[in-house]
Amino acid sequence: MDMGKTLKPGVTIKGTKDGLFFFLDDSRPFSDVLADLKEKLENSHAAHIWDGPDLNVIIKLGKRQITKAEEIAVRELFSVRKNLIIQEFESDDIPYLLGGEQDLVIKSGTVRSGQVLIHKGNLLFLGDVNPGGTIQCTGSIYVLGALRGLAHAGCEGDTNAIIVASVLRPTQLRIADVISRPPDKWDESEIGMRFAYMIDNQIVVERIHHLGQLKPELEWKEGRRHF
Amino acid sequence: MGESIVITSGKGGVGKSTSSANIGTALALAGKKVCLVDADIGLRNLDVLLGLENRIIYDLVDAIEKRCRIDQALIRDKRCDELYLLPAAQTRDKSSISGNQLRWLIAELKEKFDYVIIDCPAGIDLGFQNAIVGADQAIVVTTPENTAIRDADRVIGLLEKEQVAPPKLVVNRLRKQMVKDGGMMDVDEVVSVLAIDLLGVVPDDEQVIRAGNTGEPIVYENRNAAGKAYRDIARRIQGEMVPLMVLDKESNVITKVKRWLGFA
Repeated sequence: MDMGKTLKPGVTIKGTKDGLFFFLDDSRPFSDVLADLKEKLENSHAAHIWDGPDLNVIIKLGKRQITKAEEIAVRELFSVRKNLIIQEFESDDIPYLLGGEQDLVIKSGTVRSGQVLIHKGNLLFLGDVNPGGTIQCTGSIYVLGALRGLAHAGCEGDTNAIIVASVLRPTQLRIADVISRPPDKWDESEIGMRFAYMIDNQIVVERIHHLGQLKPELEWKEGRRHF
Repeated sequence: MGESIVITSGKGGVGKSTSSANIGTALALAGKKVCLVDADIGLRNLDVLLGLENRIIYDLVDAIEKRCRIDQALIRDKRCDELYLLPAAQTRDKSSISGNQLRWLIAELKEKFDYVIIDCPAGIDLGFQNAIVGADQAIVVTTPENTAIRDADRVIGLLEKEQVAPPKLVVNRLRKQMVKDGGMMDVDEVVSVLAIDLLGVVPDDEQVIRAGNTGEPIVYENRNAAGKAYRDIARRIQGEMVPLMVLDKESNVITKVKRWLGFA
């Protein structure tokens, strides 16, 4: 950074009884702000400030809106401080995510053998996907019904996409470029809603209540502030 | 003006022709004027199942190509006065007729008959496409096997694209003993996968094969469960509410007591 100029810092931190407010300056490039944030969080001199009891963090973005990828970048920076828990992102009077509301589209019906349902974005499908049928999205796939066919989430490379189904009995699951085949025999105990996500280039299936741990940004907890 | 119903399945050998013959006969026995149309050109079977093979003079292709009048090609059933068969040509193949020609033929037949039942060839290619164009309704026949259900599902998808009315399902050749020991899917499972209305369930019975071989559809057998199932299907087609037959007749004293106590 130029020593000659006096800029106001990219990140200003304020402590309140509700937790820590991180004000990210909206007048300079987000990459600069991220670099500043990274320095503040990783600076070992300040380590004593951070290490302590759990603290709620609220990220104030000013007039800026960010993308999902930028949100994830911020969350990754915070992951070095386990006691700092991001409660929410806030922009002034506007949704913090670019593209406004999350683009969840609802469709219903039955995807039968030989049929392919292609969708750009995230899809909530109310109905069954039968064996031989395919559902393909650039984002995540949520099936309220039985998923017995093939589901391909993040088909343009989004490795964060997930696949959720009330009855997850697919012939095949794909997330981004990874393909997985379920066991040949289903364990009868594996009933109930499940979701599939990608980790270390592998697709893993978990019960739905694990979703909050893996996708903290999705988790709802009682008493939290919401917007 | 009658109603045309195509009977189809995707997979071969699940009982399309047998179902066509029996449903048609049952409707005729109920007093309706019925015409069975064998659309499986080149591989005709329906005439054999009805025992009318030796009466064929003209066939469906002759009627379409106007070598004869339609009524000349119709064969009256030997037992039912109100049942007629329009046999398929055996010396030609499926490409010898077009969808539009069959649409015309079915429309002509609908003028004279209450029900026109079209027996569709297996597969989803030209023969299938032709057979479904003239139909107002569709019945999908499947057996409780994975292969048949996959094909039925595919066919339902194709029908939903074409047809006005959603297709109805007939589950054929159900073996209650196998369902009980887990070796065969039960009806609920089949219906939940295919997600269409159930029209009827026909139990597996070797008597059906015997009846087919002698050219006597099983519906004539008053005491036969499969025959009863087909008669029920015919009644449902006519709009009657008929409860599904309980295939499991072992409601003995113990199960009755259990049910009474709330255990079963």
